[in-house]
Amino acid sequence: MVAIEALADKFNYWVYIVIMMIGLYAMVSKNNLIKKLIGMSVFQTAIILFYVSIGYKDEATIPILYHDQVHGAHHAEEGDHSDEGAHHDETHAMEAIAKEATHHGNDHAVDADHAEVDEHEADHVIDAHVMHNESDHAFEAGHGGLDIDPNQFENPLVHVLMLTAIVVGVATLGVGLAITQKLYGEFGTIEEHEIIEQLRTGND
Amino acid sequence: MTEQAPILILLFPFLTAIFVALLGAKVPAASWPLTIASLGASICATLTTLIQVLENGTIRYYVGGWAPPFGIELRIDGLNALVAVTVATVAFLGAIYSKDRVESETENKGPQYYALYLLLAAGLLGIVITGDAFNLYVLLEIAALTSYALLAMGNKRATLAAFKYLIMGTIGASFYLLGVGYLYIKTGSLNMVDIQEQLIANGLQDSSTVQVAFIMITVGLWVKMAFFPLHAWLPNSYAFGPTTSSSIMAPLVTKVMIYVMVRMVLTVFGPVYAFEVLDWGNIVVWLAVIAILAGSIGALAQKDLRKMLTFLIIAEVGYMVGGVWLVDETGMTGAIYHIISDAFMTLCVFLFAGIVFAKTGARDIYAVDGLFKKMPITMIGFIVGAFSLIGIPPTAGFFSKWYLIQGGINSGNWEYVIALLISSLVNAVLFFRIIEIAYFGKKPAEGHIHHHGDDHTKISEAPITQLIPLLGTAAIILLIGIFNKDLVAVIQDFLEPFNLVAGIR
Amino acid sequence: MKFLGLLTVLITGFLLIQAERDFPDWGDVNSPASSYKLSQHYITQTFAETSVPNMVTAVLADYRGYDTMFETVVIFTAGIAIIGILRVFGSNIKPDHPEVVLTKKKPDLIVETTCRLLIPIIQLFALYVVAHGHHSPGGGFQGGVIFGASFILLALARDLQYAQQWVPENRILNLAGIGIFIYAGFGVASLLLGGNFLDYGVLTAIIPGDVKDAHSHSMLGVEIGVAFTVTAIMFSIYSSLSSNGHMKEGI
Repeated sequence: MVAIEALADKFNYWVYIVIMMIGLYAMVSKNNLIKKLIGMSVFQTAIILFYVSIGYKDEATIPILYHDQVHGAHHAEEGDHSDEGAHHDETHAMEAIAKEATHHGNDHAVDADHAEVDEHEADHVIDAHVMHNESDHAFEAGHGGLDIDPNQFENPLVHVLMLTAIVVGVATLGVGLAITQKLYGEFGTIEEHEIIEQLRTGND
Repeated sequence: MTEQAPILILLFPFLTAIFVALLGAKVPAASWPLTIASLGASICATLTTLIQVLENGTIRYYVGGWAPPFGIELRIDGLNALVAVTVATVAFLGAIYSKDRVESETENKGPQYYALYLLLAAGLLGIVITGDAFNLYVLLEIAALTSYALLAMGNKRATLAAFKYLIMGTIGASFYLLGVGYLYIKTGSLNMVDIQEQLIANGLQDSSTVQVAFIMITVGLWVKMAFFPLHAWLPNSYAFGPTTSSSIMAPLVTKVMIYVMVRMVLTVFGPVYAFEVLDWGNIVVWLAVIAILAGSIGALAQKDLRKMLTFLIIAEVGYMVGGVWLVDETGMTGAIYHIISDAFMTLCVFLFAGIVFAKTGARDIYAVDGLFKKMPITMIGFIVGAFSLIGIPPTAGFFSKWYLIQGGINSGNWEYVIALLISSLVNAVLFFRIIEIAYFGKKPAEGHIHHHGDDHTKISEAPITQLIPLLGTAAIILLIGIFNKDLVAVIQDFLEPFNLVAGIR
Repeated sequence: MKFLGLLTVLITGFLLIQAERDFPDWGDVNSPASSYKLSQHYITQTFAETSVPNMVTAVLADYRGYDTMFETVVIFTAGIAIIGILRVFGSNIKPDHPEVVLTKKKPDLIVETTCRLLIPIIQLFALYVVAHGHHSPGGGFQGGVIFGASFILLALARDLQYAQQWVPENRILNLAGIGIFIYAGFGVASLLLGGNFLDYGVLTAIIPGDVKDAHSHSMLGVEIGVAFTVTAIMFSIYSSLSSNGHMKEGI
């Protein structure tokens, strides 16, 4: 039972190791150059999975502010909504959960969904809100007029890092394929041992 | 503009690279002068930065104006200012050498070659000056991609070696990336200095994640620097790639990786963690001893001049890795000193190998037959490099080895000292054999049919664009040797706050 | 070799599993990565500092813009590297399979019509992805790849030569270079205006609006530069690989 719980708690971290080892084995052991490159691709993908897993937070959504948060910020800057801060917070939390439940992400038309949130989820919203209240103090000072709960959004940094890693992966794969093509043009094979055999027997 | 010098170090080669790639299709002849000019400007920027560092201490340049850890910073202290000057100078000298050789060795792809060359230089300079662990990975990949391409432009042996390098290099870089990810998951930061602060503040000394991060980063970098058991990709790629490519990659790529290792050990993990908490210094020193001996024995077995030199690189990597893990201030000084002097020595001998190959078209060591009479100036340049690799004063190699041996004695690692002496002896055997052949014109044993140079007495020197970098490198080797006190003062200034006393473990 | 590979894999896997026990739970909001000021700052302050609601775009193009510039350079390097490795200049070298000469037959009606309908839509969508990267998932890399795919579709449906009439080799390289120059141009402009490299804040001197707007608008400009490079290099990689460097007949 404990083992299953441990597995479930860190499921992504287990899976990435398995995928990565498959890729690494292909890179080291396969004889066919294209298979090695496939292994390389799998290997790099596993690292991407690992990084993205770091950024995941329970009950958080993609790191893009909602339309009304942005909109509300403009009002707050003008000093319009200073008196109804508490009410404001609650609405936002509810909307956040509503969006989670309906998987609309950054949908602008939340008002319709808002009405459909059932009782149970509404309770949950309040709970979540109360829970976060203590930690909210820490961020109030530096808000600059915005009321954003950091636990509401996933960590954007890892997504940025992985965009870079994906680009690097594409570039490496492209260069690898080009080298393979050149080798095929020169040796007529993409099996490593046959190429080495040709180099050994043939004149340089 | 002096406060902007750190970013200009890499902007010059980087922007010129793009420009060369675009202009090359129309005016291929413009590629070489642009390359030289931009690398010259880059040297000026590195020297400005070095002077500033010596005057005012560590420079912290916030790219984008964001303070770290939120933005990326370029952090330049005594160590990387010196390495940056080295990298820019070696790239500059290698670029001069490229002029006459590129067209014949890369199938008329001059513009692409120069663009990749400059991007490689920019990538390496970026690795050296950055203060952000992830930014280092991106630049590592730029340097790696350009290396693969520069090597794959050569003959078919080099293409296969480049493929091997691509696979090994990707494993190395990915291990590094994974290590950075492990650090991020425990500290939440990517800035090198900030990572160390968080490691201490959160009391992560015993965390197994951080230990594995250290192992992954170190092993990843060992793959990239061709530390002995992980060196399989190096000999063939440097020996059979175009001589122009290997004349920049052999001196720089491995040395910059050693710099990164020193940076990781000192700045990211901290010497206390790397040497006291983990305490596998002895194992690494033994690995280094094996690397030194294996490299030397490998070199003895080679008949091919450039392949022999590649095995010497593997031995030299062993020197420096061992020097870092001696856990002794003198040893560390020697290792850093050796990064600089080895870059120039390797450049010197590789330039010589390139010139010999250009002149005779032969690869084996008997190609130097009678070269003293034919190319006296070239041989003088070569002798300086060879003496430095052997360790004869007053060349740079003597002093860096001196500090390494001192460090070995101070920390009681006698096996390391003995390996270093054996390796120097092997170098002496190897290079005096070449000098002997070149001087006395010893005829090769039967089976070698390279009859070159029918007239042995006539002087036919290498072209001026090949002589200037060779002699320049030789002069720099002598200068680094003569001014060893000043250089060591800079390095020890840098090392002082790390408090690496002898016998820390 | 197989045994050695297995051994490597087992040792590495064992090491990684050792560390894995020490990790914070998956999705834990109190893990160091989530609770450290770095990611908190990005989430809470991004909009206040750059007025871009999409934090990923802001971190990508502004806070870590230096990384992203080199990311673009990685793509550019790959393009140049593949040309350097594969490209065969001149026409005197005969292709690998001289017996396979593509006859210039009339393209299929269905393929022709589908392309005619699809390609403009793909390109329009690509532009949307680039331009709307501030407010929704998207940006220069994604948009550039989609745009490049439209040319690849053209090359697949007709042949490489036909696609090259629209985007000849030289123009592709110029496009890729211009993209990087746009990106670096923002950096150099901020250098010249007295700021640090890529410090968009000082660009208020030439971009209308306050500091936040300067950040936001510069990011859009930078993303467009990225899109140029990625579009060009994606097609360049495809055409180099598919024609084995001859740039004549594709797949």
